[in-house]
Amino acid sequence: MANKKLSKQTIKFDNPPSIIQTASIVGPKEGEGPLARYFDEILDDELWNEKSWEKAESKILRECINKVVKKSAKAFTDVNYILAGDLLNQCISSNYAIRETDVPFFGLYGACSTMSESLSLAAMIIDGGFADYVIAAASSHFCSAERQFRVPLELGTQRPLTSQWTVTGAGASLLSSSGNGPYITHVTTGKIIDMGINDSNNMGAAMAPAAADTIYAHFDSTGILPDSYDLIITGDLGYVGLEIASDILSKMGLKISDKLTDCGVMIFDREHQDVHAGGSGCGCCASVFNGYLYNQITSGNFNKILFVATGALMSPTSIQQGETIPGIAHAVTIQKNRE
Amino acid sequence: MDYLRAFIMGGLICTIGQILIDKTKLTSARILVAFVTAGAILTGLGIYEKFVSIGGAGATVPLTGFGYLLTKGAIQDVKSYGLLGAFTGGVKAAAAGITAALFFGYIVSVLAKPKPKS
Repeated sequence: MANKKLSKQTIKFDNPPSIIQTASIVGPKEGEGPLARYFDEILDDELWNEKSWEKAESKILRECINKVVKKSAKAFTDVNYILAGDLLNQCISSNYAIRETDVPFFGLYGACSTMSESLSLAAMIIDGGFADYVIAAASSHFCSAERQFRVPLELGTQRPLTSQWTVTGAGASLLSSSGNGPYITHVTTGKIIDMGINDSNNMGAAMAPAAADTIYAHFDSTGILPDSYDLIITGDLGYVGLEIASDILSKMGLKISDKLTDCGVMIFDREHQDVHAGGSGCGCCASVFNGYLYNQITSGNFNKILFVATGALMSPTSIQQGETIPGIAHAVTIQKNRE
Repeated sequence: MDYLRAFIMGGLICTIGQILIDKTKLTSARILVAFVTAGAILTGLGIYEKFVSIGGAGATVPLTGFGYLLTKGAIQDVKSYGLLGAFTGGVKAAAAGITAALFFGYIVSVLAKPKPKS
């Protein structure tokens, strides 16, 4: 009997797992952005003494996971599972990052939604009684993502104004069955929503309907009031997608634009950093959540937030073949106090 | 005067490319192929030769000029050697450009390291 299930998409935890520690590492460009002081480490260059962007991305994730374990004064032997994902084919950043940890591992692909996907599943594993400590993590790297999804940097092409800047960075959360919060209380799992956008330089527009759908489902079927949240933060719709999502939600009757913002909007300074439509990539939500948002919750600035990471689930092959972009969004309720 | 004409001709061709980048969703690779093809077709129709006579290097250096060379070479070789020339002439005429692109591309790839634009 699925007695924790509130509706088709939303579950409520009996014993809400705590996020006992987080860590975040970002690249130099993110380190020049408005959230810089919330990140644990800012790199001086994108390669971080590695030979390739891919190796660098993997190192960022590896060091980030090491950091979260170290900061919480635990060891990898205490950790029951790691759930992690990234943007690269076959999730190589995660696979190589986790190789030396000797911890059971689930690799996830949710594109930019990976951070809320990994938090959702980690919380379920813990509340299900299968684990006491689980790490949820995600990473992305501007240079490796450009090479895979768009054009190699060597080509030096101009980026369209609707395109988003893939964040170089990673974030990791350590969840525990015991702890004093912040707690994950609800999860609303998204469905694939595809509205027919096939431009990989306009992913915000492709993901916005998915974000709106999940946010609407979260409020519609659970009876939770939007006013109970201090912040509803999507990621990474960017400027273009956030506006579309806000429009769709207000047409559906949800007036939450005063609480609604986006990780891709927050991480860069639009005026001074030439990032066009904002940030994107698994590492965007991952670093904003594990850096800025976690800090704001533990310090009491936010009591309750809805974290809605969104993913554009296309592949380079599907885009070359003219396929449209399937979007997804997973919502996670995180609150400072248990009730 | 030659410089000015080359400057204007080259600028006009590149402006078309910039408009395509800004106003369409064409990738740079597609624009590149379209320019070479357009140059080849316009040469075949006898139009591009006029651009070259007006703009000189302004018309031959951009990618459309590569298409111009291919077609011009093919036409010349057809005149000298018959139909086989359509297959040999283009690359022969463009040999210097192709080899230089390969050679300098290789050298630069060995010497330079890519990094994100800041």
